[in-house]
Amino acid sequence: MGNEVLAKAAFEAGAKIMFGYPITPTTEVLATWVRLVEKSDRKYLQTEDEMAAGFGVCGSVLAGVPAFTATAGPGTILMQDPLSMAEAMRLPMVVFIGQRGGPSTGQVIYSQQELNLAIFGGNGEGLRLVYAPSSLQELYDLTLKAFTNAWKYRFPTFVLYDGYLGKMKGPVEISEQQTVNSNQLFRPILTNNMRNCYNLEEEVYELNMKNFSDWQKMADEICEYEITGKPSETIIIAYGSVAQAAKDAGVFLFRPITVWPFPEKHLKEKIKSVKKLLILESSLGQLGRLVKNLLYGLNLEIEIFAKPALGFTPEEILKIYGT
Amino acid sequence: MEPNFPKCFKSESKPHKFCPGCGYGIILKNLGLVIDEQGIQKNSVLLTDIGCNLLAWDFFDLPTCQTHHGRTVATAVGFKMADPQKNVLCLIGDGGGYAIGLQNLIHACLRNNPITIILVNNTNYGMTGGQFAPTTLDGQITDSTPFGKDPKIFGKTFKGPELLKTIAWEKAYIARGSTSNPGMLKSYLKTALETQKQGNFSFIEVLSFCPLNWKTDAKETLEKMKELENYFPQGELK
Repeated sequence: MGNEVLAKAAFEAGAKIMFGYPITPTTEVLATWVRLVEKSDRKYLQTEDEMAAGFGVCGSVLAGVPAFTATAGPGTILMQDPLSMAEAMRLPMVVFIGQRGGPSTGQVIYSQQELNLAIFGGNGEGLRLVYAPSSLQELYDLTLKAFTNAWKYRFPTFVLYDGYLGKMKGPVEISEQQTVNSNQLFRPILTNNMRNCYNLEEEVYELNMKNFSDWQKMADEICEYEITGKPSETIIIAYGSVAQAAKDAGVFLFRPITVWPFPEKHLKEKIKSVKKLLILESSLGQLGRLVKNLLYGLNLEIEIFAKPALGFTPEEILKIYGT
Repeated sequence: MEPNFPKCFKSESKPHKFCPGCGYGIILKNLGLVIDEQGIQKNSVLLTDIGCNLLAWDFFDLPTCQTHHGRTVATAVGFKMADPQKNVLCLIGDGGGYAIGLQNLIHACLRNNPITIILVNNTNYGMTGGQFAPTTLDGQITDSTPFGKDPKIFGKTFKGPELLKTIAWEKAYIARGSTSNPGMLKSYLKTALETQKQGNFSFIEVLSFCPLNWKTDAKETLEKMKELENYFPQGELK
C-alpha cells in the first residue's frame, strides 16, 4: 500500500522519529512506522494534535535528528503553524500530505485540493519544496529525495500525494544504495541563540530576501519534470494521479515532479512549438492559476479542466485531448 | 565594574530587553545561578514561547530557540526525544501555557516527558498590552476586561499546578514559587532540573509582576503580589 511505501522509504532515508496524529487517508503511514521501528532505536509519538506532531518534528530536527509527520485535509491546516516556523527558521521538516476532499472535512478519499496549502499555506512567501509522486515507485524514490534535499537546502519539504495513491497496492523496487548518507547531512541545528521574532521591518525584509535567494538557487538544482507521449501542438499539464491517468492515455504530457519550485524554465523550453495547453486537475484551478501565472506573456491558448475532488480516467483524458 | 551575573548569562545582550520593573529578571537570574551551580550550561537548551518570555532568546549563553505561541512544550518534547542527554528548559507564559498551549502541556505531563517547564504567571498577556489571561483574578482590570474580569463570562481563575498534580506521574515535580521569594524559587528550580535528569516531568509556575500593564507603582505592585500569593499558594505540590 502507498502509505506503507512512504513509511518504509522514510526508514530507508534515515528518519529516526515519526510524530503523527491519525487522519484518513494517511493513518497507515503511522501504523506501518510503529511496526517498522519496534525493534530498533528509532521512535515514534502519537501526539495530542497535528500542531504537536509538527512542532515535535521541529524539536527533533533542531537537535539534528531527522523526523517527519504525515497528515491530510484539516490536519494540513493545523500543520501550517509548525510549517511556517520551519519556513522562517529554515528547519528540514518533512511532511507527507495525503490529499483528501475539502473544504473542511470534505471526504477522506481523494482530491488535489491541498496544493495551495502545501505551497502557500503559511504567512510567508511559500519557500517550500513540494514533490508530487505519480506512482508507488515515486512515493518511495521521492521520499528519499525529500529527506536529502530537506536537510541539504533546509526548507520545509513535502511529499504531496493523495488518498488513491496512499491506498493503492502494487510492487515497488527498493534500492538500498539510495539510502542517505546520514553522517554528512544530519547535524544539530540548535547550537546558538536562534531568533524567530524581529524588531524591524528591514530585518524581516533581509531575512525574506536571503531565504528567497537560497530557494531560487535550490530551484535551479532540484527542479524535476517528466515529458511523455508523442509531441504535438496540444500538451497536457497535470501532476500526481491525474498525470498518471494522462500517461496511461498516451497523450503529450508535461508532468511537474517538483510542483514547487515549478520546473518553469523546462516547461517554457518544451512548449516552444506548442499552441494549446490543457491543464487537468482535481481541484478548482489551484494548478491552473499557478501555471498561468508562470507562463504570463506567452502567446498560448490555455484551457483548464478542473474537477474538485474528482479523478480523471484515461478515456476521459483522451476525449478532452481530442477536442 | 561588571555586575555579578551568573556565568551562563550572555553579557553582550545585557542590559536585558524586559521592561523596567519586570519580574523576569529575578526568575532568569535564579535560573542562571542554578545552571551555573549544576554545571549544565554546555548540556542544556532553552526554548521560549511567544509573549514576554521571547525576549530571553539571547539572554543566556545557551542554545536558545523561539517557537510559536503555546508550542514550546511540543517542540521540547520533540527535542528531548531526539537528544535525551540534553537538559531541555522551557520558558513560557500563562497565556501560552494555560490558554493556547494547555493541550500540549497536559499531554507532556500525562506522558511524563522529562523536560523542565518554567511558566511565568503575571495574570495577564503582557506582550500585547495586558489583556486578561486564564490566571487573571476575579474583578481584575485588564485591557480586555476594562470593567473588571467577570468570572461568569470569562471563567474562574486557573490554577495550573493544581490541575497538573492530578495527572502527573509519581516522580514528577510540580511547584509554585514567587518572584517575591527568590531563595525558595531557586531551590524549586534546582529540584526541577534534578527531576528532569532522573527522567521525569518537572513544572514550576512562578508568580511574577507586570507593573507596566498592571499600572501599579512600586508599593501597589507589592500589594498586588500579596493578593496573588493569597490566591495562588506557593509550595511543592508534588
